[in-house]
Amino acid sequence: MGLLSDPNRRRALISLLTRLNTPICIVCYMAGVAWFMGLAFEPFTLRTYMSENAMGSTMVEERFPAGERALATGREFSAHKKRTGGMPVEWLMKTMQAKGLEVFTQRFSRTLPFPDENKERYMVRGTNVYGILRAPRAPRTEALVLSAPCSPGDNNNQAVGLLLGLAEYFRNQIYWAKDIIFLVNEHDLIGMQAWLEGYHHTNTTGMDWSPLQGRGGSIQAALSLELSSDIITSLDLVLEGLNGQLPNLDLANLFYAFCQKIGVLCTIQGKLQRNDWDSVSGYSHAVQTMMLMVMKQASGRPWGDHGLFLRYHIEAATIKGVNSFRQYKTDATTIGRLLEGMYRKLNNLLERLHQSYFFYLMPSLSHFVSIGYYMPAFGLLAVILLLRALDLWVQLSTPPQRTEDGSSPGVLSLLTPLVISHLTGVALYMLPIRFQEMAVEHFPVSETEAVVLTAIAVYTLLSPGTEQGWRVLKLVAVLYLAVLLGCTALINFSLGFILALTLVPVAAFVTPHVPKVLSAFILVILSPACTLLFSVFFFQELQEMPISFQDGWLLFLSVISQGILDHSLYGSLVYPLITLLVYPCWLLFWNILFWN
Amino acid sequence: EANAVIIPQCSHIPPGRRGCLMETTVSPNKEELVIRPLHSGDIYTSFQFRTLWETDFTRENKVSHYRLFPKSLGQVISKFSVRELHISFTQGYWRTMQWGQPYLPSPPGAELWVWFQDSLTDVDGTWKELTNVLSGIFCASLNFIDSTNTVQPSASFKPLGIGNVTDHQIVCTENLTPWKKLLPCGSKAGLAVLLKSEKLFHSSFHSQAVHIRPVCKDDQCKTTSWELRQTLNVVFDLHNSGQGKNEWSLFKMFSRTLTEACPVASSSKIYIDITDNSQGEQFELSPATPLLSQAVVLGDRRTFSVYDLTQQITFGTICNVLKLPVTYSAHAGDMLRPLLHAERYVAGYGLQTGEIHTLMYNNHPYRSFPVLLLDSVPWYLRLYIHTLTVTSKGKDNKPSYIHYQPSKDRVRPHLLEMLVQLPPNSVTEVTLQFERALLKWTEYTPDPNHGFYVGSSVISSLVPSIVAMDTNNSRERPLFSSFFPSKEESSYFVRVYTEPLLVNLPTPDFSMPYNVICLTCTVVAVGYGSLYNLLTRSFQIEEPSPGLAKRIANIIRKMRGVPPL
Repeated sequence: MGLLSDPNRRRALISLLTRLNTPICIVCYMAGVAWFMGLAFEPFTLRTYMSENAMGSTMVEERFPAGERALATGREFSAHKKRTGGMPVEWLMKTMQAKGLEVFTQRFSRTLPFPDENKERYMVRGTNVYGILRAPRAPRTEALVLSAPCSPGDNNNQAVGLLLGLAEYFRNQIYWAKDIIFLVNEHDLIGMQAWLEGYHHTNTTGMDWSPLQGRGGSIQAALSLELSSDIITSLDLVLEGLNGQLPNLDLANLFYAFCQKIGVLCTIQGKLQRNDWDSVSGYSHAVQTMMLMVMKQASGRPWGDHGLFLRYHIEAATIKGVNSFRQYKTDATTIGRLLEGMYRKLNNLLERLHQSYFFYLMPSLSHFVSIGYYMPAFGLLAVILLLRALDLWVQLSTPPQRTEDGSSPGVLSLLTPLVISHLTGVALYMLPIRFQEMAVEHFPVSETEAVVLTAIAVYTLLSPGTEQGWRVLKLVAVLYLAVLLGCTALINFSLGFILALTLVPVAAFVTPHVPKVLSAFILVILSPACTLLFSVFFFQELQEMPISFQDGWLLFLSVISQGILDHSLYGSLVYPLITLLVYPCWLLFWNILFWN
Repeated sequence: EANAVIIPQCSHIPPGRRGCLMETTVSPNKEELVIRPLHSGDIYTSFQFRTLWETDFTRENKVSHYRLFPKSLGQVISKFSVRELHISFTQGYWRTMQWGQPYLPSPPGAELWVWFQDSLTDVDGTWKELTNVLSGIFCASLNFIDSTNTVQPSASFKPLGIGNVTDHQIVCTENLTPWKKLLPCGSKAGLAVLLKSEKLFHSSFHSQAVHIRPVCKDDQCKTTSWELRQTLNVVFDLHNSGQGKNEWSLFKMFSRTLTEACPVASSSKIYIDITDNSQGEQFELSPATPLLSQAVVLGDRRTFSVYDLTQQITFGTICNVLKLPVTYSAHAGDMLRPLLHAERYVAGYGLQTGEIHTLMYNNHPYRSFPVLLLDSVPWYLRLYIHTLTVTSKGKDNKPSYIHYQPSKDRVRPHLLEMLVQLPPNSVTEVTLQFERALLKWTEYTPDPNHGFYVGSSVISSLVPSIVAMDTNNSRERPLFSSFFPSKEESSYFVRVYTEPLLVNLPTPDFSMPYNVICLTCTVVAVGYGSLYNLLTRSFQIEEPSPGLAKRIANIIRKMRGVPPL
């Protein structure tokens, strides 16, 4: 800092930074992207290890024997489900009671803001059934949750069967120190949201639910089970929760440790881990796995029923059984033993899971990238904004050479675009839900956007602006974007990084003096909406399910409507963040481009 | 400000309950075991051992003859001027919805209630000393009891004590052994033979307690004697311990058989509740006993088969009680609807605020009754007392009496007592918001991420009875039905404990405090400090001041009229 307090050297440094601003920015951008891509390279990552001593390696044994019986229960459940055409509440209650649980139900109802076309639901009404296995001589202060969704069709019957089988087996064991809650939730996430809100007596989303009768104290951890076939080839671990929250890494470690111990193939993002990290294909495999995690986390939506637990500081994950065409087969008894082992370890916990990381990316199940390693990638992108801001600041503070309009820009000329772009954001936030009756099929987002953009272009072209004016506006916009992206990246790194990838170049190059048409085109290409569109295609590509442009466009529209639904049903913050803050910020740059 | 609560003499009867028991027959030592098959299929066994000590050191100061009364406790009573003492160690939570009301309620963890004599001046000091002595006697960490978890309720424990403590304490054999040593026969003879710790802790619920109080010797209550009751309540889970078979017998439950009665016991009986088994549809007793007894317990008339251990015939094959193998039948899973039932939980999420909800159920179809709610909340949950709401059936229910003592940080907990009328067939919800305090870093427990316990709240009430209660205290009755004597025929006394709460407080990351401190200091000192310096100062280039020779030269040049150097 002594460098900066010496005016001569400061001047030299500043002149260097302003002179070489563009090259430095370009280098920073490339370095940021390179750093990010390097994260998936195995020598740069850390091996996962169990941090929680209470869950040390080999202290429990797994003896669950009754996989076949569990599957039979699952078939019975499926028959009853078909007969009642929904959740067989009576049957579930009777079965759970017969296994010696305290059984309770919760009714809930919810009217969606607009019909969900993916899941074909609008007025949702359902019942959650849960049974509590009371731990002997425990004071009802701690609990663990095992949940399985009651899905429509033939899905997840085996999950419910295994849940009931485990309940029966667990009931006969004496070592439980925490109550175990076995939950079968209807209407997947909506039911789960109702149950969690009921359990914690909060109401964040305006759902109607009947209060819960039985509780088990503070929930320490939860697993959600999805299983749709009798025999599976691998188990997939889903970690990404609401708003990009992740459970403690120890939960993933626990799952991985038991998969290793019992000998079950385990995947993350549906990708097996490979050992050939030094080959190109091995590296690209790791990159794909990590990119999938980044895309899922950035979406901010819960990718399994576990995702809603994280808000309540309950470590949770979803375990999905996958049946593909691999040779290696695993039966229900083995999965039961795996879950038994995990619950016994969780039962041993003295404290909540807190020892390991909460912020991480996983290029494979055995390796992770901690926050200390991935943040520099974002930092390199964010520093571009600061460099641009410095450049503008220097330009503003040096007096203009030709002073034909020496008056500094008024506050009004700065406030007007700020207010207008934010009002547009508010309108974008409100309109889809308010005018959903008017929208025939999906919301005409693109049309609305086009109208807004033209309006702003016309408005700015008409209104007179000064040379100083756009610089001040751009300084404000660049700093605004820096703060916005910085905060976002702290909470949800993936979202912050993806937004930075597209918005930082926009912020860096836009001036009124670049060719208008070409720049406008680039600006639209790098807008949040187009970022989402590219992400949709990229995500499909990563999942090895490429789609045509037509399908991609439809998927893009449904992703938007899902985002709005996630916001109103579960309180996901991505939609308001984009509409209320990111989009107005981008509009400011649009405004600068058309500065007169 | 030692405010000892004065225990009323026997002539004065406190509202709601009679202060003293009358014991006409001289029976210095009684022991009994009640076995009650519960609605849920579990077996509830309740031991009670009572020893009377015919002395009165309110008049004679020095007592040295303790007879059957344990000397260690006798000395405690005389040294600390104790009027009444109740201590309980409980592991597990009594499941009212499955098991009905217990004969003697107790909260999870340890609880200690003491009433001191009114002659005592330094209550706080004595209390501290007493807890230390008791922790020695019972091998328990009662010495962690201090002012921050002690309350002096104004109304709730009127007949039985002051100075409440609930504490999270794991009960195990090391607490059971000293408890057994207090018995007149130890665990050598009598019912105490059955107390094998391995089996007693292989159960769903375990609670052991010691109650010391004065009782009247005669109708006029001119003289009193000391009564020591030791109780042990255990609920056995037949499903777990019986490998799926629902048979039970004394040997299966305790893995011991009775050999002889305690020679010093004047009465030694086993009661088996057969009210729900009048035709022997659920279990049959072998050997059968012709002796039947009826007693009104907790507002219900129950029938018991009685085995008298003082008669020699009973030994040998005694109490090979067999239960027919009944799996969980459809009705066993149904919840009971006890007349008074309560539960409590913490609502909300995040580590800043929260809300304590207490639900009180009155399941009586047409009668309302008042309950006294006692809540003691540690200081680190800062209660917002203005957010207190009491609602029944969606309407505001104004408590007729509220006593609130705010907490003092690190000194004493919050104390809230309320008298609430519960309307018939209703749920009354008491909610109270709180803010979680940030503790000093040395105040966290070694396992801070486990959370902090908030003790059970206590709900005391006179519940309307279905059958007329036995108010004749002079009659000889089984011990389990006579602990809380009833004053009116139409109601009986019930105390219900809610679940304790586990609350997470904002917890710093203790894993690397040194690194954090170093990093923070460096960042503040180097980074922030100089940046602040740069931002607030304005820099100007200053001409270096000319040297002395140059200045003199300039003066000369000025005088000469030549421009300066």
